[in-house]
Amino acid sequence: MFEMMQRIRELSVQSLVYLAALLVSAIFIWILSDLVRGGIAHLSWEFLTESPRDAGRAGGIASILVSTILILLVALVTAIPLAWATAVLLAEFIPITSLFGKVVRFSLYVLAGVPSIVFGLFGNAFFSIYLGLGFSILSGGLTLACMLLPILTATAEAGLRAVPDNYRLSSAALGMTRTAALIHLIVPAAAPALVAGLLIGIGRALAETAALLFTSGYVDRMPGSLLDSGRALALHIFDLSMNVPGGDAPAFAAALILVSLLLCINILAMKLAYDLQRRKMMI
Amino acid sequence: MQTDRLLVGFLRVGAMVSALVMLLILLFLLLESWPVLSQLSLLRFVVDTSWHPLEGAYNLMPMLSGTLLASLGALLLAIPLGIASALFIVFFAPSYVASLYRRFIELFAGIPSVVFGFWGLTTLVPLIGEWQPPGASLLAGVTVLTLMVLPMVALTAYTALAAVPEELFRNAAALGLSRWGMVRGVALPAARTGIIAGIILAAARALGETMAVLMVAGNVVQYPESVFDPIRTLAANIALEMAYAMGDHRAALFVSGLLLMALVMVLSGMAGLVEKQSHV
Repeated sequence: MFEMMQRIRELSVQSLVYLAALLVSAIFIWILSDLVRGGIAHLSWEFLTESPRDAGRAGGIASILVSTILILLVALVTAIPLAWATAVLLAEFIPITSLFGKVVRFSLYVLAGVPSIVFGLFGNAFFSIYLGLGFSILSGGLTLACMLLPILTATAEAGLRAVPDNYRLSSAALGMTRTAALIHLIVPAAAPALVAGLLIGIGRALAETAALLFTSGYVDRMPGSLLDSGRALALHIFDLSMNVPGGDAPAFAAALILVSLLLCINILAMKLAYDLQRRKMMI
Repeated sequence: MQTDRLLVGFLRVGAMVSALVMLLILLFLLLESWPVLSQLSLLRFVVDTSWHPLEGAYNLMPMLSGTLLASLGALLLAIPLGIASALFIVFFAPSYVASLYRRFIELFAGIPSVVFGFWGLTTLVPLIGEWQPPGASLLAGVTVLTLMVLPMVALTAYTALAAVPEELFRNAAALGLSRWGMVRGVALPAARTGIIAGIILAAARALGETMAVLMVAGNVVQYPESVFDPIRTLAANIALEMAYAMGDHRAALFVSGLLLMALVMVLSGMAGLVEKQSHV
């Protein structure tokens, strides 16, 4: 009797767990197939190379893509030096118990939890108004840079810490300065991890909408300079679906492009991380 | 040696700037909220008739309740599904299915919130609308939020479960425990702190989520009477009104941003504490 009960319990738990996994996969596939079905018909070469007309109902997304790339570049160019400098300092030059290191780490930990809409508020108040950048690609990109700092720092620090210590010891024994060891040995060894972190950051930045609403703005024209307002792809999807009646078809197509782009980037990042893990196991 | 000292100097400056960003954000939120915080008593945010910013009524409670209800609902759905997903990966699925499913969830986590919102708007809202109009509702918000925090719950639970030492399972097997006995009696207790920390972080994510909820929840400022009533969350409110807010209204929006950030900071502080406990 007891055996029987146990058997039934085992089976029911197992089927519940399988059911949950099945449900999650089904929803994921449902969303993806909806995007493909809604977007594929509207997708064409012209969609990528023409600028939007009639509030985005007609034409393509060329100017949107350019703005997106510019915002991303501003964010990366600002965030990477800061984040990687912080990571190198934390991982290589100061002891894990140092107060300065703890303060920096804590500050970045809190920063990682800040909701993106709050970044948007801050970006609007600081970059757009206080620094006078207005609604511009520059102020949107700088806002995103603040968002990316924690993730870029955390991944880079973890990558640097994973470099085996005998690299450092042998280079010291050879009389290399720590700077030289860093440039010639440690950073190259940690490069895949740095790139994986970078890809994750790019994915985050491309997905971002709320932080850009009141920093880089809504204008869908081709940007002439970094001080022009430019609409990011994610924001374009939002605007088409919420504010433009009849904008669903181009919105589907834009969403399809954004999601495919993000899937590619994330798969690449995953592959890098996976290769790293395998290499570590072999050492 | 000279170059080393120079480099460390540069790195220190970089780290300092990174650390200052957080302070700068706090400073500017406070600065922008100051006009309202200094003039109005905090009580106004609780006892005013409702949120009518143009008439000077700044009650944040209906939107706070909307935010909390949507997040709570999403967690109630995402926690069982997420933990079941993690158990599926670690204990139940054959290894290739498990790694495939894990990849799936990781990709799921990378889908932008605006796409979830768009899908909710075009698929979910009409679906709910057919059954219980108008469709744009707390329920739609909860569903979309669930999809967004589920990968987070699942992946943190997976990490925690995968970190449970192998020997515990061998001991459990030696004692003749059934699989469910092992999961309930050994794996889940051993991974508890990691799973809880993940859930808290997911809660923080749900509270701060803006676009997806904004697109599907209907955005009516009210206390919902059922899950089919539209709601407006704090974050959605900021996104909706920042474009035209001026003066005190703008400051009130920054106050709601501060409130949101305080909530999220408390939660991530809690998650940090829970995680630290597990290392002791």
